[in-house]
Amino acid sequence: MGARDVIVFFSLSLSLSLSLFGCGERERAETPLPNLKSVAASPQPAYGDTVVEGSIGEATNLIPMLASDSASHGIAGLIINGLLKYDKDVRLVGDLAESWEVSQGGLQITFKLRRNVRWHDGHRFTAHDVLFGFQTIINPNTPTAYAEDFRQVKKAEVIDDYTFRVTYEKPFAPALSSWGSLVVLPKHLLEGKDITKSELARKPVGTGPYRFKEWISRDRVILEANPDYFEGRPYVDRYVVRVIPDLATMFLELKAGGLDLMGLTPIQYKRQTDDPFFRKRFTKYRYLANAYTYLGYNLLEPKFQDKRVRQALSYAIDKDEIIKVVLLGLGAPATGPYKPTLWFYNPDVKKYPHDPAKALALLKEAGWEDRDGDGVLDKDGQPFEFTVITNEGNALRHRTAVIIQERLKKIGVRMKIRVIEWSAFINEFIDKKNFEATILGWTTGFEPDQYDIWHSSKTGKKELNFISYKNPEVDELLEAGRRTFEQEKRTAIYGRFQAILAEEQPYTFLYVPEALPIVNARIHGIEPSPLGISYNFNRWYVPRELQRYGQVALVP
Amino acid sequence: MTSYLIRRVLTLIPLFFGITLISFLVIHLAPGSPIDVLADLNPKMTAEAKQRLITYYRLDKPLHERYWQWLRRFLALDFGVSFSADRRPVMDKIKETLPITITINVLSLLLILLVAVPIGAYSASHPYSTFDKFLTVFVYVGFAIPTFWLALLALIFFSVQLEWLPISGLRSLDYANLSLVGKLWDFVSHLILPVLLSAFSGLAGLSRYMRGSMLEVMRQDYITAARSKGLSEAEVIYKHALRNALLPVVTILGLSVPSLIGGSVIFEQIFGIPGMGRLFFTGVMSRDYPLVMGILTIGAFLTLLGNLVADVSYAVVDPRIRRGGG
Repeated sequence: MGARDVIVFFSLSLSLSLSLFGCGERERAETPLPNLKSVAASPQPAYGDTVVEGSIGEATNLIPMLASDSASHGIAGLIINGLLKYDKDVRLVGDLAESWEVSQGGLQITFKLRRNVRWHDGHRFTAHDVLFGFQTIINPNTPTAYAEDFRQVKKAEVIDDYTFRVTYEKPFAPALSSWGSLVVLPKHLLEGKDITKSELARKPVGTGPYRFKEWISRDRVILEANPDYFEGRPYVDRYVVRVIPDLATMFLELKAGGLDLMGLTPIQYKRQTDDPFFRKRFTKYRYLANAYTYLGYNLLEPKFQDKRVRQALSYAIDKDEIIKVVLLGLGAPATGPYKPTLWFYNPDVKKYPHDPAKALALLKEAGWEDRDGDGVLDKDGQPFEFTVITNEGNALRHRTAVIIQERLKKIGVRMKIRVIEWSAFINEFIDKKNFEATILGWTTGFEPDQYDIWHSSKTGKKELNFISYKNPEVDELLEAGRRTFEQEKRTAIYGRFQAILAEEQPYTFLYVPEALPIVNARIHGIEPSPLGISYNFNRWYVPRELQRYGQVALVP
Repeated sequence: MTSYLIRRVLTLIPLFFGITLISFLVIHLAPGSPIDVLADLNPKMTAEAKQRLITYYRLDKPLHERYWQWLRRFLALDFGVSFSADRRPVMDKIKETLPITITINVLSLLLILLVAVPIGAYSASHPYSTFDKFLTVFVYVGFAIPTFWLALLALIFFSVQLEWLPISGLRSLDYANLSLVGKLWDFVSHLILPVLLSAFSGLAGLSRYMRGSMLEVMRQDYITAARSKGLSEAEVIYKHALRNALLPVVTILGLSVPSLIGGSVIFEQIFGIPGMGRLFFTGVMSRDYPLVMGILTIGAFLTLLGNLVADVSYAVVDPRIRRGGG
């Protein structure tokens, strides 16, 4: 159900199914690595072979602007390029754009496009394709969830075949990252047609490192290398995504050799793959995922309006314990709304180590004391109790709630837990602000803008600042962050923003889980980064002597 | 006979539309809407963007209007377009998933029949014998074991340890390069475990029914007559008793026709089979109204058809029904 809680969708990400992972280190095997990996000492990149990945969900639509699921974006990301992309260090670099220039105080962005890029059907790629994609995404008849960033554009124009310029109403820094893979469309195939009925949804034509080959519904999607790719022919000849809806089956399939790549659960990572068999045949990776889980307080509730109360609850909760129990240690404590390792993450904010004494002192300051000796704190004759709600189908959150319940009980705060089916949870409780506290998660991206979650103008019904957090300084910072393009200035702005959130604790930020991909050891060239591992898929390779699937498999 | 048939068909028509109406109301009563899946907690999704989608899917129209619209399209045999992002016709999706589900369910039903009838017959002819008791325990164990657990054990044993059978899906990766026989075996080997396991869990019902029906028949006078004629016990049981005991079982089979298209979410999930069960399940979870309505309508149609066939065949056999029916 995790994918349903998705927020801050990141438009440039490559294979989302994998790139939900951030930076981390390669798992070190304790024993010397025999056969497969010994070749790794002097591996020679070679063309050929197939990489088979397992996916729980099936892609729905391979035109990125029409899809909102990670499976679709993961596959489309290999077929379709954007104007810009993130490099290994999460800096924006050109993709289809060779260079770009921000002018007129951030109002205008001019993209210089690569020449000699061809669509997979041989047609030349030009600025007209970008303009066409832009016009399509802002067309009210296009059922897309991503139009908003593009609606800020006042004017979009083709200067010449290889120059594209957009002018904004006001400077909008997140705009740059929006010019990713969502917006470039092959005009020659779509002009004058209804995009929702286009066959490109199931047979996409892009400019990317892989070409679409075949899609067997509910079973698999097959891509093959594009020999004419502008960054050079990818090493791996064929990429297959198999839909296996059950994680246990997927794991067996991996074990039996039917899959080269999947994401593990913490249990699978810690207990089921920690043996010589797996160490010999697979490489495990662990990264901080682009997500965090939090305990959010409804600030319309009088008892949560006092900052000291929220701070006290944060001190009372033992984040390390939650990570140890719920994630088997495969995660990191969250200190704010960004994951560590990204350039805008501020490590020097106020932290809340487990400290029940401090929690009690703060609560006492705020007037909460156990006056009647029943073991529960009270104030004005009212006991300190509240209900936390969370959605059904997320065992991690439920377990987190139980651990928090136990910790709070120890300082005399009574917390009840209510688990509600997702649709009802959102419609009846979150959207209507009909809750006291909630355990939820956000998926984050590589762009620090979080205007929609924290700005005071976003506290309306069905908006995302559903805890009703209002802070004028935060408002200002969020606005400034949107106006500023320079990375140093933005780092300062969002650093301050994180410091305020850490001080005020509108959420108790709980943990950032780790993503745990496992990859067959014959595959080389993986360079973990905060983006995940799949961002450089076209540079992955299998040394000749380790190749498993022959060339013959490529013949239809 | 003809007038009976016409009467029956005529009464089925309002029933059918009643079912579609109730189905339509019920799925719209479930909390949430298709927009939730697209938009929930997505900050790029503003209120107006949501509104545009709502208009796009016509969710702003009153319910009766939408039902009427659905009905009009349905009368032209058009189930509409799925709400999921692929926006494919519902009919295409059903056509893709239906054959495999029917194949698996028919195979497993045949297997159940093949095993349950002898088990039931044997149990009835040797009631309370050790073997009868063993069989009873056996079929109930099959009934009671959580199938997902058993399926995983079977996968670990047959597919991972012994490497005899493939694990999931319907085709191997190198399917396209196989010979015709190879392709056939590839397909069959993918079906073995799903069919075996779903049959195993379905054994209990039918074999118990068979046993009961058989015991009933064994008490009849004509069995005593057959015995007194001096026929061998085997002849009595397999020639006289079994045939008559099979009749009610066949009726049960007839009634299970609609479930043939239902598919099992659990099996399809575990074995990664692209069938109707999963299609329906994901349709419901994402509130894909046209898809859910399409599947329910076909299900309703087949159920009614099954009933009709059962009724008509009774009428053929028993004149009292067709005369007294009105």
